[in-house]
Amino acid sequence: MSARLPLLEIDGLDAWYGEAQILFGLSLQVATGEAVALVGRNGAGKSTTMKAIMGLVRRRANRLAFDGSDLAALPTHAIARLGIGYVPEDRRIFAELTVRENLDLGRRPRPPGATLPDWSMDAVFDLFPQLADMRARLGGQMSGGEQQMLAVARVLVGNPALLLLDEPSEGVAPIVVEHMTRALLRLKAGGLSLLISEQSSDLCAAICDRAYHIEQGELRGHGPMSARAPDIPPNAQAAPPTTSPL
Amino acid sequence: MSFESLLFQAVNGFASASGLFLVAAGLSIIFGVTRIVNMAHGSFYMLGLYLAVTLAPLLGATFGGALGFWGGILGAALVTAALGALVEVVLLRRIYAAPELYQLLATFALLLIVNDATLYLWGPEDILGPQAPGLSGAVEFLGRRLPEYDIFLALIGPLVLLGLHLLLKRTRFGRLIRAATQDREMVAALGINEALLFTAVFALGTGIAGFGGALQMAREPANLALDLSVLGDAFVVVVVGGMGSIRGAYVAALLVAEVKALCTALGLVEVGGFTFNMSRLTLVAEFLVMAVVLVVRPHGLFGRPQPAQARRGEAEAPLVPLGRTGRLIVLAALVFFAGIPLLGAVASYAPVLALDMVIAALFAASLHLLMGPGGLASFGHAAYFGLGAYGTAYAATVLGLPTPLAFAVGMATAAAGAVLFGWFCVRLEGVYFAMLTLAFAQIVWSIAHQWEEVTGGSNGLFGVWPDPPFDSANGLYLAALGVTVLGLVLIRRLVFAPFGLALRAARDSRLRAEASGIAVEKVRWLAFAIAGTLCGAAGGLFAFAKGSISPEAISVGRSIDGLVMVLLGGVHSLMGPLLGAGGLTLLQDMVMRESPYWRGLLGLIILLIVLLFPSGLAAGLPRKRGAP
Repeated sequence: MSARLPLLEIDGLDAWYGEAQILFGLSLQVATGEAVALVGRNGAGKSTTMKAIMGLVRRRANRLAFDGSDLAALPTHAIARLGIGYVPEDRRIFAELTVRENLDLGRRPRPPGATLPDWSMDAVFDLFPQLADMRARLGGQMSGGEQQMLAVARVLVGNPALLLLDEPSEGVAPIVVEHMTRALLRLKAGGLSLLISEQSSDLCAAICDRAYHIEQGELRGHGPMSARAPDIPPNAQAAPPTTSPL
Repeated sequence: MSFESLLFQAVNGFASASGLFLVAAGLSIIFGVTRIVNMAHGSFYMLGLYLAVTLAPLLGATFGGALGFWGGILGAALVTAALGALVEVVLLRRIYAAPELYQLLATFALLLIVNDATLYLWGPEDILGPQAPGLSGAVEFLGRRLPEYDIFLALIGPLVLLGLHLLLKRTRFGRLIRAATQDREMVAALGINEALLFTAVFALGTGIAGFGGALQMAREPANLALDLSVLGDAFVVVVVGGMGSIRGAYVAALLVAEVKALCTALGLVEVGGFTFNMSRLTLVAEFLVMAVVLVVRPHGLFGRPQPAQARRGEAEAPLVPLGRTGRLIVLAALVFFAGIPLLGAVASYAPVLALDMVIAALFAASLHLLMGPGGLASFGHAAYFGLGAYGTAYAATVLGLPTPLAFAVGMATAAAGAVLFGWFCVRLEGVYFAMLTLAFAQIVWSIAHQWEEVTGGSNGLFGVWPDPPFDSANGLYLAALGVTVLGLVLIRRLVFAPFGLALRAARDSRLRAEASGIAVEKVRWLAFAIAGTLCGAAGGLFAFAKGSISPEAISVGRSIDGLVMVLLGGVHSLMGPLLGAGGLTLLQDMVMRESPYWRGLLGLIILLIVLLFPSGLAAGLPRKRGAP
């Protein structure tokens, strides 16, 4: 897998919240078309890793590059425009805007020369049919699962090459996890690269090729998904196992 | 009063509401997206009017009256918007990450600078603009003549409201504004250039304010007092309407303007043998509207509860009692100040200057009790200074009370004001607290200005001289020193007492303090009352020291002086404000009063402080004792 061209390259990433250092020399790579899991306990630094990639926290790295571009000096919006779609942990849907308006904000035309399919509005409504029926609904009036779908759809219409998904199965119903898993598999099949953080690895197990295990802001190990570190604790709030291979 | 005059005033109220709304709407939009309360917002309104009265005759000479007039208004709005964009790029961008207080101060410094720049460019005289071509007449209406221009203005408010509504709902720019109001970071993460959006929003907000100012061209002359008076009104409107709600801003502007108009229409009213001139009560009416709304809906008519605001920057180190060296320094300072009268023989000015410093120290320390341990930055501390000073002056001159009693009356007046206003203010935090305190201070200032029978109007009260033994420079100075030292000791004891701990706990985490059983609002109310009372003592001393008191001495400038003193010295220590008070008093005495542009100079100094130490002065200094 890692023989493929690296899309996201991180080497020696440190990150801080205020004065507190959260990440210590983290290194990871995501190849084009690859799905990578970022697993670890609550507070291990998974969310901070994603925020650091997006430039939302103070960080420093030996190398932090996407598709060959150095991210270190870029403002957040420029990083997003390079083709990284960030779906944050708490989804952060604009509650005062309708589904349609939320999607409009994420919409960006496909970059010239892109090989991935164009994610038009119709294409995301096809991927998440539930959203199509609630175009005029306010973001604040949606359930957690619906918001999760909208959060993914909102970055998809920006035609990214890489999705950062922070705990996509947290706090949503098992049936939604199932839908989401199916949708993410479709995205991966379409050539999109994925970096998914999870406490419970059931969703990741179904999707990801490789996994990085981080604890206390440091890399503890990485390898193929099947051979992932066995000491990841079962989580009380974890979704039940996805029933069938999708 | 007749039905006709009531109706007449009602139309007038609609016209005033439009102007108020234009300022408040811009303020609200800018705050929503950038989270900065633009203290200089009234300055853009004022600039709009000055630009209009300058542009209209210029354009009129070339293109004719009508094009000149309307072109002047449009041009003024556009120039104001461009200036707003410039200010955003040059100044605001540097302070988005700074603590709230610094943002408020920086934009207030801008207000001071713009005011002096206007004074320099246009001079101190009021400037009248041309009449509106085609709208200069009046319409016969129920036997009264309604100016056509007022009817036009009354229509402008709703039109702009509709325009803004469509902009926000129907355009991508509007969607961006609404999205950024809720979650700026996520907007940037979706690939939207935040910096550009902020500049555009600031230009929009200031442009609307400039438009509002320019529209007043045919109604009132351009003058230098507009920036602050409009700012105070806009704050009241925004607090009443609910921050961030455009609709709320219009409804509140209408409410405030109509209540004022009603008071004017009522004129003299006789109640139980007493005659009230209701037209003098317009400011009190404004206050009452705000009071009623805040009691019924603490977040304004259309506002939502504020999310618990996370404190920016690092946690403050706990205050540490003075060590042995500290005590020695304080003792030495005390001996030095007590010995100042001995210098009188060589330097006769020394006790006079020292008196100013001592009064400033009490003023700054009382403000610091709220700002430091309380975490509540008041932008209207001058109100209690003024209440103390006027109370003392009134008791000493009109009532003829002996000096100590007159002083006590002053403190009691300030205490009453602080208890009343504090009840409202402590319901709010952060910028809302700052806005409300400033609005109250503007109300106190206006009352001092308008209630001539009691306050002497713009001349103030004269002949406030203390009785023996306080009638000599040294006598008064020593008494003032005594009062100030007592006040400082009281503040110090309070801060280290359980009350002070509760106050600091509420500052560091309101929710956790409440969960531990601290009645946060009550603790803050008490702190507000104590700070106000001590500030009133400083005001009383001031009245005796100067022998007079006038509205000028209690204007918003004094509130800002207090903030600068506290920041100069450092908000993180109890001694800081005293050093700051001494420093600023010396500075003002030596340098600033020499120039007619000293306010602008003060503004530049504030800007320098904010830009050089964007995370607070204390961060620029090495940490002393108590550092981990």
